[in-house]
Amino acid sequence: MSDVLSLSLAEALEGLKNKDFSARELAETHVKAAEAINPALNCFTVIDGDRAIEMASASDARIAKGEAGLLEGAPLAIKDLYAVQGVNTEACSNILKGFKPEYESTVTQKLWDQGAVFLGKTNMDEFAMGSSNETSAHGPVINPWRKTGSDENLVPGGSSGGAASALAAGVSYGSTGTDTGGSIRQPAAFTGLVGVKPTYGRCSRWGIVAFASSLDHPGPFAKTVKDSAILTQAMSGYDPKDSTSYPGEVPNWIEAVGQSVKGLRIGVPKEYSVDGMPEDIAKLWAQGVDWLKAAGCEIVDVSLPMTKYALPAYYIIAPAEASSNLARYDGMRYGVRVEGEDLADTYEKTRAAGFGAEVQRRVLMGTYVLSAGYYDAYYVRALKVRRKILEDFNNAFTQVDALLTPTTPSAAFGIGAKANASPLEMYLNDIFTVTANIAGVPAMSVPAGLDKDGLPLGLQIITKALDEATMFKVGAALEDAAGFTAKPQAWWA
Amino acid sequence: MTATDTGYIIHGMKGDWEVVMGLEVHAQVQSQAKLFSGAATAFGADPNTQVSLVDAAMPGMLPVINKECVAQAVRTGLGLNAQINPHSRFDRKNYFYPDLPQGYQISQFSDPIVGEGEIECEREDGSRFVVGIERLHLEQDAGKSIHDLDPNATYVDLNRSGVALMEIVSKPHIRTPDEASAYVAKLRAILRYLGTCGGDMEKGQLRADVNVSVCPVGGYAKFRETGDFKHLGTRCEIKNVNSLRFIRQAIEYEANRQVEIIEEGGKIDQETRLFDAGTGVTRSMRSKEDAHDYRYFPDPDLLPLILEEDFIAAIKASLPELPDEKRKRFVEELGLTDYDASVLVSDKDRADYFEAVLEGRDAKLAANWVNNELFGRLNKEGLSITQSPINPQQLGKIVELISKEVISGKIAKDLFEIVWEEGGDPEAIVEDRGMKQVTDTGAIEAVVDQLIADNPDQAAKVKDKPKTMGWFVGQVMKAMQGKANPQAVNDILTKKLLD
Amino acid sequence: MSVTTDEVRRIAKLARIAEPTARLEALTQELNGILDWVEQLGEVDVEGVEPMTTPVVTPLPMREDAITDGNVRDKVLKNAPNADAGFFVVPKSVE
Ligand SMILES: [Mg+2]
Ligand SMILES: [Zn+2]
Repeated sequence: MSDVLSLSLAEALEGLKNKDFSARELAETHVKAAEAINPALNCFTVIDGDRAIEMASASDARIAKGEAGLLEGAPLAIKDLYAVQGVNTEACSNILKGFKPEYESTVTQKLWDQGAVFLGKTNMDEFAMGSSNETSAHGPVINPWRKTGSDENLVPGGSSGGAASALAAGVSYGSTGTDTGGSIRQPAAFTGLVGVKPTYGRCSRWGIVAFASSLDHPGPFAKTVKDSAILTQAMSGYDPKDSTSYPGEVPNWIEAVGQSVKGLRIGVPKEYSVDGMPEDIAKLWAQGVDWLKAAGCEIVDVSLPMTKYALPAYYIIAPAEASSNLARYDGMRYGVRVEGEDLADTYEKTRAAGFGAEVQRRVLMGTYVLSAGYYDAYYVRALKVRRKILEDFNNAFTQVDALLTPTTPSAAFGIGAKANASPLEMYLNDIFTVTANIAGVPAMSVPAGLDKDGLPLGLQIITKALDEATMFKVGAALEDAAGFTAKPQAWWA
Repeated sequence: MTATDTGYIIHGMKGDWEVVMGLEVHAQVQSQAKLFSGAATAFGADPNTQVSLVDAAMPGMLPVINKECVAQAVRTGLGLNAQINPHSRFDRKNYFYPDLPQGYQISQFSDPIVGEGEIECEREDGSRFVVGIERLHLEQDAGKSIHDLDPNATYVDLNRSGVALMEIVSKPHIRTPDEASAYVAKLRAILRYLGTCGGDMEKGQLRADVNVSVCPVGGYAKFRETGDFKHLGTRCEIKNVNSLRFIRQAIEYEANRQVEIIEEGGKIDQETRLFDAGTGVTRSMRSKEDAHDYRYFPDPDLLPLILEEDFIAAIKASLPELPDEKRKRFVEELGLTDYDASVLVSDKDRADYFEAVLEGRDAKLAANWVNNELFGRLNKEGLSITQSPINPQQLGKIVELISKEVISGKIAKDLFEIVWEEGGDPEAIVEDRGMKQVTDTGAIEAVVDQLIADNPDQAAKVKDKPKTMGWFVGQVMKAMQGKANPQAVNDILTKKLLD
Repeated sequence: MSVTTDEVRRIAKLARIAEPTARLEALTQELNGILDWVEQLGEVDVEGVEPMTTPVVTPLPMREDAITDGNVRDKVLKNAPNADAGFFVVPKSVE
């Protein structure tokens, strides 16, 4: 049965439909595989075998009755940021240790409504703050990929590192992630997966632990572009419980996959050529341009002059929102409380013990930029720059249908490799991805090749707001041209 | 208006001081559900039963605004003759407290839903003054901390957490403790007429924060001239004063405290203070080191609140008659005195009661019975008008029986007592107990004739001293158990004794 | 602009995080590193630009005034570190 693990989501769904195997068999295989890889990769925080078998059996019953949903019987891994009723939901923070929500996030509910099977919760950077998945209270996640001939453990990227590692190791047919500055696309690129961040508002944020509300985007990891379209389709839709949810219809994105890209205008933004970009990445980017040209696209040089300001603006806006969003973790109503001498002392001890170093750093940064005397100089200015970045995109999309860029400025790096670097160096991981969060436009990473060390690299496609259809179309064309089939060696087995 | 007009001056050791006040009133919006969640707002439920996961700030919960609360704020703004802002927004006010589950209050800071307005208020002596409204904004209430259930812990009930409040901020246009309470009373009346707030201070539906400062006499006039706050002195905010009487007491104490400090060469610290109703003093609430920095910023979970013209127009078209309009109508159309009309409209329940008594009856008589007889009796018993044992239909009948001369005014008072104590239909009581007024001149004449015959000396005296006729009036009334028509008695006595 | 250790202490107080005594110097340096770097936003001409608080352009949705939630005290208190008689129990906090 373990060969089913190598199937794509679309193939597995087809197999279930044809009764090649049952959902229960799939679930059992996945649970076993998850338990097998976890000691080495540390990608799951919860593996819920009982629930998986129970849900899979219900799927089998529905398949038998011909009532299969879009994802019927497919085991999926859920980032620990999503509330799953009755299952530990801790945002990988000590402050939420043992928290079991009495509610289900809108997005996971949509997945279960379509017949998906809950496999487990995946490890992540604490409160989604990180780009290497080294800030989790559960310890770092290990990337299944290694450099050719090396046994050094690498990071899977972050913050949705567990979701990426589990899927890249072939355990699940898809994972949910959240992307606030690149937290889906960057780990997708580091692990050879497709990662999608739809338009802001497409996927409801209700029931997902908030990091930075105006930048948080739920989205999926998938093995293929088609799988990513299926998952994005299932996760999207208006939610009256989220005031920032987009009220329009969800188009059929699955259909867009495989449609011709002939005549599409693809923009190549010159500002994404940064100093010190590894040659492999520059080469792959040029290769991507050639592939799309060969597929009939028109290539246009464009300029997004505000690009370099996106990351600094992000590191004001995101911490500001986070400092407020994380105020509710105070040990009063849920989570862990560290009793102090009095109320103030209890607050301070609880939050000092409950939050890790990176979370504390960002909460302090956010508190500072919002505080009296600094608000206008930092926060308001960042919001103004944010609008200028959006205007950059709006201008570009008057000339082109999609933008093509690298996803990350490097391939996966070693665990602890940046431990002694300044926080800034880690932040630069998101330099190419963060702009789409700032503007709220859809973007995806597609695995496109290996670097000289045999590590996967991704290319990013960005389209205008609500035009995921074009993004999936271009993504599929790239996927076709790249023919990326590499898999990590199963060194953990 | 100058300080001398209002007469409230503190005569210090070194000079005379005038007092300036501005009020921030928190009014609970009348609505079924909370501002950002579908939990109920009703008063007095078991702890934490009217709490949604949103109100408890569970991870990942998000706010969605209640349209009716927005409409109520607009309605109130229109009732305060204020500017309705078509573009407003919600901000987060960040601070930590166990009854503030989110760690921030969703409020409106830089762009409130309602801007400047004004209301006219009445002093005790009937004179009027205008108070400018600075703004009105929507925000969430916090939960309730209970400190006396356990000596070592605080108990938190989040039932009130997330209930919609309107914070109504006045300009510093209030000059005496009485004016402050008159302002709150008028504001409360307007809110109750509009149906936007229940106004019950005991239930916490209306809470006042009072900003008090003192300045040398003349400072206020300079402030009004220039708009420069430096003429007013440093203010202290007295939080959550929950009755009109306490408002007056708190201001008197606080103003005198400030004068004392200044005259002793001290400086007033701008701070938040609490009024202790037991001792009648205000005390500092937060130390300066802990000065709050609320870090307001736009709530990213919500979008700007844009009000369509139609939305505002529909609310405007459905506004009820407000106290000032009602007073004018009572004076102009019903012929009531300004004083009577003011008293009647000062409280919505009283005005409603009066209008139900009225029903086409003699307005002056009705006003007199409501304001004097009914309220005299209610006050004696410590009852509010909604607790009145006599309903407006009953009182209306009594008024009607008087105007139709079925009963005399004196008998009416007896009838009122009977209805108060026993209830029942006044008309039937009058019938059953033979309380009808005797207007039959023959019957009165017979009594008068008998009295004159029995008291000839007394009768003769009346010619010299007409005032002594009163004795005969009394005797006739007594003989007829008060039911004789007083006018008829007078006419007959005059004819028989003076002609 | 840059922060001093005193300011970091003040911010930590505001954020209700116990003073990071051991890391105060290092933390101050880290924050200053980030602040120096974001300083480059000063280069951007933002004259007359409306601050962008959200990428959403659709209007604020409003719900009807109906009681659709609450009456879930068990769920509300389920994860509480301390609860009694239907209340959350927290450290004594008289003001
Ligand atoms: Mg206030
Ligand atoms: Zn307020």
